[in-house]
Amino acid sequence: MLNLGPQHPAAHGVLRVLMTMDGEWITKAEPVIGYIHRMHEKMGENRTWAQFLPNTSRIDYLSAMHYTHAFVGAVERAAKIEVPARAEYVRVITSELNRISSHLVWWGAMLLDLGGFTPILYAFEDREKILDLLEGLCGARLTYCYYRFGGLCNDVDDEFLNGTRTFVKEMRPRLGMYRNLVTDNIILRKRLTGVGPISAELCRKYGATGPVIRGSGVPYDVRTVEPYSVYPKFDFKIPIYQEGDSMARYLVRMDEMEQSLRIIEQALDNLPAGPFMGKVPRVLKLPPGDTCYAVEAARGRFMVRIVSDGKDTPYRLKLRTPSFCNLSLYEEASRGMILPDALAMLGSLDLVIPDIDR
Amino acid sequence: MNATLELVAERLSQLIGQTAVPSRPPMPVSANLAASTASFVSGPVQAVDHALKGYDLDVSVPPGLVVLAARILDNAGFGIDAVTGVDWMAQGEMEIVYDYFHPSSSSRVAVRTRVSRADPELPTISAVFPGANWHERETHDFFGIRFLGHPNLAPFLLPEDADFHPLRKDYKP
Repeated sequence: MLNLGPQHPAAHGVLRVLMTMDGEWITKAEPVIGYIHRMHEKMGENRTWAQFLPNTSRIDYLSAMHYTHAFVGAVERAAKIEVPARAEYVRVITSELNRISSHLVWWGAMLLDLGGFTPILYAFEDREKILDLLEGLCGARLTYCYYRFGGLCNDVDDEFLNGTRTFVKEMRPRLGMYRNLVTDNIILRKRLTGVGPISAELCRKYGATGPVIRGSGVPYDVRTVEPYSVYPKFDFKIPIYQEGDSMARYLVRMDEMEQSLRIIEQALDNLPAGPFMGKVPRVLKLPPGDTCYAVEAARGRFMVRIVSDGKDTPYRLKLRTPSFCNLSLYEEASRGMILPDALAMLGSLDLVIPDIDR
Repeated sequence: MNATLELVAERLSQLIGQTAVPSRPPMPVSANLAASTASFVSGPVQAVDHALKGYDLDVSVPPGLVVLAARILDNAGFGIDAVTGVDWMAQGEMEIVYDYFHPSSSSRVAVRTRVSRADPELPTISAVFPGANWHERETHDFFGIRFLGHPNLAPFLLPEDADFHPLRKDYKP
């Protein structure tokens, strides 16, 4: 019995995995979660709709913009609040920047798990540029609370727009450098190819989404299958790889960073002028009933289901997080794997434990 | 409604048949959707407007039929999105909502059922969708709903020795 304890350099946060071993091979790996469970869903019931906004950033702090987007979108859908076009474009720009910064953390951390100590420093150097841009925009480096019901907290300024253009220009050659340094590296190829195969059927049965299901050949991306915001206006590809192994999931995320740069460029070129905030009633009370809103977060499908009884606080707030469902297949998928391969697969699932525990 | 949704709606309607289901207020449906799916607008299987609600089909089943409903959706290629509960304390009931998504067509189905609050139990769907195992375990943690046949309903997100259910409306910390 081997305990990959909650404090562990490769456990991506406070994740505990109870592994029953046969030598170096795993016979059973049972994740134990709950070490960072803060009960956001109960907090949702005790706060007004607007008071819950800071909580949304803390569910998955690495891709906080997406989570705020889903909650704000759900309330706007239920209350039929119109969002002006400029606000939607800025939401897309900031969400895609957040996706890149989240994938950079994943990339650095996963390679750290595999034993490569250098790439995380390069990744964080690029990530610092994104964090500086977003800090200048909304004041926060990690747990942004930038979206409001009906639009944004404040408008973008030229400093942000010019800085983002510069970042996109500088990031493309960096991605090329990552490809030469790491992706085409024989050691990485040998560590990840064929490791941790996940079939499309397994993904469907467990509800795994995001790069996990796209690395198994299924073109499921909430931005194209259930379009929201202004994503239909942009021309971007959804990277799909058929092999279903850790290398496929790795390549999906590397390609997604390129596609995010494309989306940001198109949004910057077509950014409409106008107001950044729509009309919102002073005291927000939603009609009784339930509403869902799903976004493609950096890790997969994040869905918010709000149940309202007409008051100014939610009656029930369900947060369906991608990492919870992505980890649930680990027990079945890791049977019979050797330990280093199991850790490589855990890294390729891109887990953020606060996302699992909420 | 696309072909997948129509097929599933028809099969679920047949499954529910004449069984009495708990009554709910009617869901908002947009005009052109109502015209094409007139037979599904009222009753336990309702087509709803995705732009208004976030899902396409709203199904109410009695608790005993959740496994067969899950099987119908599994055969149609849906994946499990979430399983959650809602505590309707004023009505003495707990509602369990199953959300399903389809990986290739833009179809979302929400299946709901209600059990009594005093004795909340219903069969598990984890034999059909293994992913529901974790969702049901979390729902048991938060509400105390027992899923019959579930392999392991021990506390999941709460501490191992927790004997309280925080999302119940009468929970006092």
